[in-house]
Amino acid sequence: MNPPIVASAPDWAALRADFPILDQTVHGRPLVYLDNGATTQKPRAVIEALVRYYERDNANVHRGVHELSYRATTAYEAARARAARFIHAGAPEEIIFTRGTTEGLNLIAYSFTSRLKPGDAILVTEMEHHSNLVPWQLLAERTGAKLLFVPITGDDGLLDLSHLDELLARNVKLFAFPQISNSLGTINPVAELCTRARRHGVVTVVDAAQSAGHLPIDVTALDCDFLAFSGHKMAGPTGIGVLYGRQALLETMAPFQGGGEMIASVQFDHSTWNKVPHKFEAGTPDIAGAVGLHAAMDYLDAIGRPAIAEHDGHLARDAYARLASVPGIRLFGPPGERGGLVSFSLAGAHPHDVVTFADQEGIALRGGHHCTQPLWRKLGVTATTRASFYLYNTAAEVDFLIEVIGRAARFFGG
Amino acid sequence: MDLTELYQSVILENNRRPRNFRKLPTANRIASGNNPVCGDEITVYVQVEGDRIADISFQGAGCAISQASASVMTQRLKGRTLAEAEALFGRFKEIVTEGKPDEEDLDLSAFAGVHQFPARIKCATLGWHAAINAVHGESVTATTE
Repeated sequence: MNPPIVASAPDWAALRADFPILDQTVHGRPLVYLDNGATTQKPRAVIEALVRYYERDNANVHRGVHELSYRATTAYEAARARAARFIHAGAPEEIIFTRGTTEGLNLIAYSFTSRLKPGDAILVTEMEHHSNLVPWQLLAERTGAKLLFVPITGDDGLLDLSHLDELLARNVKLFAFPQISNSLGTINPVAELCTRARRHGVVTVVDAAQSAGHLPIDVTALDCDFLAFSGHKMAGPTGIGVLYGRQALLETMAPFQGGGEMIASVQFDHSTWNKVPHKFEAGTPDIAGAVGLHAAMDYLDAIGRPAIAEHDGHLARDAYARLASVPGIRLFGPPGERGGLVSFSLAGAHPHDVVTFADQEGIALRGGHHCTQPLWRKLGVTATTRASFYLYNTAAEVDFLIEVIGRAARFFGG
Repeated sequence: MDLTELYQSVILENNRRPRNFRKLPTANRIASGNNPVCGDEITVYVQVEGDRIADISFQGAGCAISQASASVMTQRLKGRTLAEAEALFGRFKEIVTEGKPDEEDLDLSAFAGVHQFPARIKCATLGWHAAINAVHGESVTATTE
């Protein structure tokens, strides 16, 4: 493994060379990858970790006594310990490996079925990704609990917290919200939300899908009960994710899926559960994915997440400020501090046409509802175009984006 | 490819000024279509008299391909028999999937470039699916999935 060597400020241009996929042309133009909110690209260190694992160490975990099984188990558990350090969890036992953010949120929702009853409430926000909304809708359906929503203020995409305490007092058992909105770029005040929820005895769930690879995260300081994220949105492989859970809470929770690995002993008619976190990891896990995620966490921390947040946040703020001068544009999310993405709509140019137009120039954007349909319905738009940035994006790419969006506006608006 | 092959002037013009973009008070058949991938939505209103489409209109929101296609469709289907409408849809599907223009129908042929963008074929056929559902009196929502 060759973690990047960093002096004071990272050499962003040199880091870009760590990502082999970026060195190609698309439709005859250099690739400008601005769809990092959907998934990020992988540095060579992560790709090589996967190859090395499969070429030398591959075996099943926790049940073999042979050498390769020992190595695979050691690597898998080392990734768990690394994930605990990555988010400042109290112990590796608080780290459950999942397929991604969505599975982590579903795990909580499923396990909480026995804890909710009619009259209880689940609080979410109007800016939820479908993956942090639909699992709670299903939980509400199963238990008779109702869903409540923290409203947003408007196009500037901030949470309206003026009635938060009244909402939390309405028999709310669980409060789920994103750290960074995937559609608006809003960075929510997680520590404040957790503190206020705790005063009402409400369990907190943080969707960190858009933040884990960008911001430093300290679950102990944030004082959240759960936090979920995906490896593939933070330079790691697809198919692996992390659910952090407060250990005392995990101990009392019902399992999610049944199968091998999650049991202590099995009789024909009943079983007893393995200890946390294995109780929540039925079946053979994505061992290679965990190894790749370990390499990704090492890679990001060698650069430093504060530097990454400053870099892609700056690109997003710059893009936001300059897009404002494109005729017919409507920009979403806060004008100031924001995560590394910008969403907008153009009068007379549908997002899918804008994305097709940009694609012909080699720019990868996302157009559509970004899995936040209720949010857009409230704001009166059906779809937007999103540019999302990461550590390998450059100021020159933002320049090109602004130029191409201006041309698209003229082409379609006419 | 050149983007103007996909976005021919007929498409850009029909997108900017869609024809028959309104509710039809005399409609006796209505059907909706949606594309869950992008959120495009369309409603087609048809006034059927005997076996003929006496009038047709649409409303909706979506990309230039879906809006222009629905606009052109309403112009081409008005006054047609139901059998003619189905045959025309068959020809249009050939144009957008195989890219073979029909020299006798320049408006429909403007969509030939769509075949180079397989993800966009659904956009081009969304309104047509809804219209065909409507004339068959099916109150289902056409979907691209």
